[in-house]
Amino acid sequence: MTYIPKPRIDLPTDRINAIGLRQRDYEGVLSTLCAGCGHDSITAAIVQAFWELAIEPHQVAKLSGIGCSSKTPAYFISGAHGFNSVHGRMPSVATGALAGNRDLTCIAVSGDGDSLSIGFGQFGHVVRRNLNMLYIIENNGVYGLTKGQFSASADPGSKAKKGQVNQMQAIDPVATAIALGGSFAARGFSGDRDQLVPLIKAGVRHRGCAVIDVVSPCVTFNDHEGSTKSYAYTRKMSHKAVEADLVPPAEEITVSYADGDAVRVRLHDGSTVLLRKNDPAYDPTDRSTALQYLEKHRARGEVVTGLMFLDETLPEMHDVFGTTSAPLAETGYEALVPGKEALAKLQKKMR
Amino acid sequence: MPDQPSASATQSRINDFVLKIGTVNGTGSASANGLLMKALFRMGVPVTGKNLFPSNIQGLPTWYEIRANRDGYMAREGRVDVMVAMNAQTYGKDLAEVTPGGFFIYDSTWPREKTLSRDDVTVLGVPLAKLCNEHFSVARVRILMKNIAYVGVLCALLDIDRAIVKQLLEETFAAKPKLVDSNLEAINLGWDYAQANFTCPLPVRAEAMGDNSKHILIDGNSAAALGCVFAGATVGAWYPITPSTSLMDGFQGYCEKFRKDPDTGENRFCIVQAEDELAAAGMVLGANWVGARAFTPTSGPGISLMSEFIGFAYYAEIPSVFFDVQRVGPSTGMPTRTQQCDVLLCAYASHGDTRHPLLLPADPRECFEFAVAAFDLADRLQTPVFVLSDLDIGMNDWMIPELEWDDRYRPDRGKLVGPKELADMEKFFRYLDRDGDGIAARTLPGQDAKGAYFVRGSGHNRYGGYTEDSAEYQDVVDRLMVKWRTAAGLVPAAKLRPADQPTRVGIIAYGSSDGAVNEALDRLNEEGLGLDYLRIRAFPFGEEVRAFLDSHDTVFVVEQNRDAQLRSLLLVELGASNEQLVPLLHYNGMPIPSRCVEDAVRAHLDEEVAA
Repeated sequence: MTYIPKPRIDLPTDRINAIGLRQRDYEGVLSTLCAGCGHDSITAAIVQAFWELAIEPHQVAKLSGIGCSSKTPAYFISGAHGFNSVHGRMPSVATGALAGNRDLTCIAVSGDGDSLSIGFGQFGHVVRRNLNMLYIIENNGVYGLTKGQFSASADPGSKAKKGQVNQMQAIDPVATAIALGGSFAARGFSGDRDQLVPLIKAGVRHRGCAVIDVVSPCVTFNDHEGSTKSYAYTRKMSHKAVEADLVPPAEEITVSYADGDAVRVRLHDGSTVLLRKNDPAYDPTDRSTALQYLEKHRARGEVVTGLMFLDETLPEMHDVFGTTSAPLAETGYEALVPGKEALAKLQKKMR
Repeated sequence: MPDQPSASATQSRINDFVLKIGTVNGTGSASANGLLMKALFRMGVPVTGKNLFPSNIQGLPTWYEIRANRDGYMAREGRVDVMVAMNAQTYGKDLAEVTPGGFFIYDSTWPREKTLSRDDVTVLGVPLAKLCNEHFSVARVRILMKNIAYVGVLCALLDIDRAIVKQLLEETFAAKPKLVDSNLEAINLGWDYAQANFTCPLPVRAEAMGDNSKHILIDGNSAAALGCVFAGATVGAWYPITPSTSLMDGFQGYCEKFRKDPDTGENRFCIVQAEDELAAAGMVLGANWVGARAFTPTSGPGISLMSEFIGFAYYAEIPSVFFDVQRVGPSTGMPTRTQQCDVLLCAYASHGDTRHPLLLPADPRECFEFAVAAFDLADRLQTPVFVLSDLDIGMNDWMIPELEWDDRYRPDRGKLVGPKELADMEKFFRYLDRDGDGIAARTLPGQDAKGAYFVRGSGHNRYGGYTEDSAEYQDVVDRLMVKWRTAAGLVPAAKLRPADQPTRVGIIAYGSSDGAVNEALDRLNEEGLGLDYLRIRAFPFGEEVRAFLDSHDTVFVVEQNRDAQLRSLLLVELGASNEQLVPLLHYNGMPIPSRCVEDAVRAHLDEEVAA
């Protein structure tokens, strides 16, 4: 993770957003990932999504674990505080950060090794806790930084660069998140920014833990013939189940859809997620249907993408705990200390 | 009264005795024992209680040891004057433990084995089960009341004020007056039987004395929890583990009491029960990173798991507070027994060159004070700070002077810069030491993009940027050592108790050994053996510790672990000599008795004289 500042180039086409910032204001330092890495496309999608949402950079907390994917928070929103934690432990740091300051917009980037192997426990529990965060898994099926070992998301039958064939079952983070009682589970593809940007925006606005699994080919170790996480395979086998659009609170939904083609889910901030279904029988608000759908297509070797499951009614962590609405970190000490008299009174019962 | 010898055969011990009660856990004996302890306390007798319990919920032997001592000695002494043996399983062991001249009270509903007798111990049988079975009809009530009935027996035998016991029952069951009546009936069953069958009171007995109104009874975990509340901690993350669990229970309870928004009922605190200790540590770091004071209570096994994050917090310089209520190791060890066995683990926790401040409270009062100090030090030093309590302090009932609070206190948040200060800076660099004390200023997320930086456990330079450059790496870790030296001047200083006469023999102790050492020193002093005593209260060691070592030829180092861990720290960090530091160790899992210290010092000094 070498530190190379990005040259700033002023483009005449660079527009400003609602808070007067340009897209480049949401960029970070120059990426040191391999040329063509899927992760860089995801970084670009994050930059675009946050710019479009017009979020103040300093209100963002960006976190990650360890691995190629976890390097990427350095490459976006340089005006945000970042926390590159230890391997597989990002969810606990995010939990603490949001426990202390619930007003932060939390975006976390992890990988398949970081979240599905060493951090599988923390991934599961942050989903269960429904922490109000965006949790992106940049999924390439291999350990890149240690040169190409299979990860837990490698599909059975997938071939490694050196020829070994994976025979173990793959952990699907989308199905796992849904099965664990998650409130938002989506899958994107780094090669499809048009689909990914709205997913990220919906994930940011969702109140709860939004898990987005993004298939992100590793050009160096997992983009060959026989790999099921390559650009070619993903393009060929991609099955778009449901497209998601985020409609901000102020905007009207003008397009009309035939019954059964679209589902509208109103988010807590007043915006609406419009789920356009390519399969009318699919219901992205029903947990068991979603799991069945994923399993059916997985068996065919298809990569199902889209916002697969959404439940905006589940309480997020602070709802469960009944925490005060003001960030605890900004609560004045006077409101926290009981004082000398209260201590004396309390001790009367200790005699 | 065939069993009972004349009172003159036993030395009279007024307000100076150890009462030990052996029961089966899960039978409700805790409330009976608490009642006895509090009654003695209200009679003005200095008293302390040690719960010696199994790692189990129901059915195994458990003991409660109460020491009443008019001189205020709080440690275990090593004797048992009155044993109440309610558990037939442990009769033999319990009888063997009684000090010659002592008393053994048992439930005589069932016959006792003939082999279980001693010539030098008075055995008193009370048919407690029979009395309760005849008097109470519900099975569960019979079991519970059997314990309350022995309180009645002891009130008669030890001359404990029954009016106080009644008052305590009325306070406890203020909401359920019927329970007061049934408990009093049980008390009277025991009392009446003892009065009718024994010469009451025994020569070993209590007597109203002094005034305990400036003292309280409290355990260290509750006191530490209160300290967290008063320090302004808002986030607690934890994974349940004996013996630290009651610390978070305490924090939760006090927060419910003091931290509810009066208008909305919302919580001004957030307690997260984590999936494991690794996550608990991560949560503490995350919360402190955003500026909330956060902590985790745990024990040795938890520290092992948290070590990864502890090293991260050290290197990335994130304030964090860890309470380690130590229990017996290694591995799972004996979870309900006490030791001081995590000193080295915590001092250097995690891989790479790491070192952490340790605070070593000796009693619940210091648990309260050091909890507050730990948050201030963590914020000031931007590093993990450990409060090393132990099961003895954490879970046992101690009589201590009332806790005090100064309303003028304001948390020391250390070098924290916000938007106002940032406006005056050309550029903010996270790890730039501008003051020469090894501490750089930090900013908080959510305030100002100008203060944004990237926290990382990977190599970084003084500006906060990633580096693999040798000189830049070394620059940062060398500054951390400057900070370490700053820490030595900020942590609580060691406390000196000088001998009456100048001496070249010293003794060092820390934590829960303090009471035993003080009592032992008084006894040795009576024999003309005066030792200077330095109680170490923190690591890194201050100059006063070095000076103490420099001015003594022989220094005993009292510890409750096998490997003389603090002694190792003194050898490594201060370059003390092996010959100078004499380890004095007690590590069987029971709180160290004063006798152990006294005997070991005497034996060593006698040996030296002989040599």
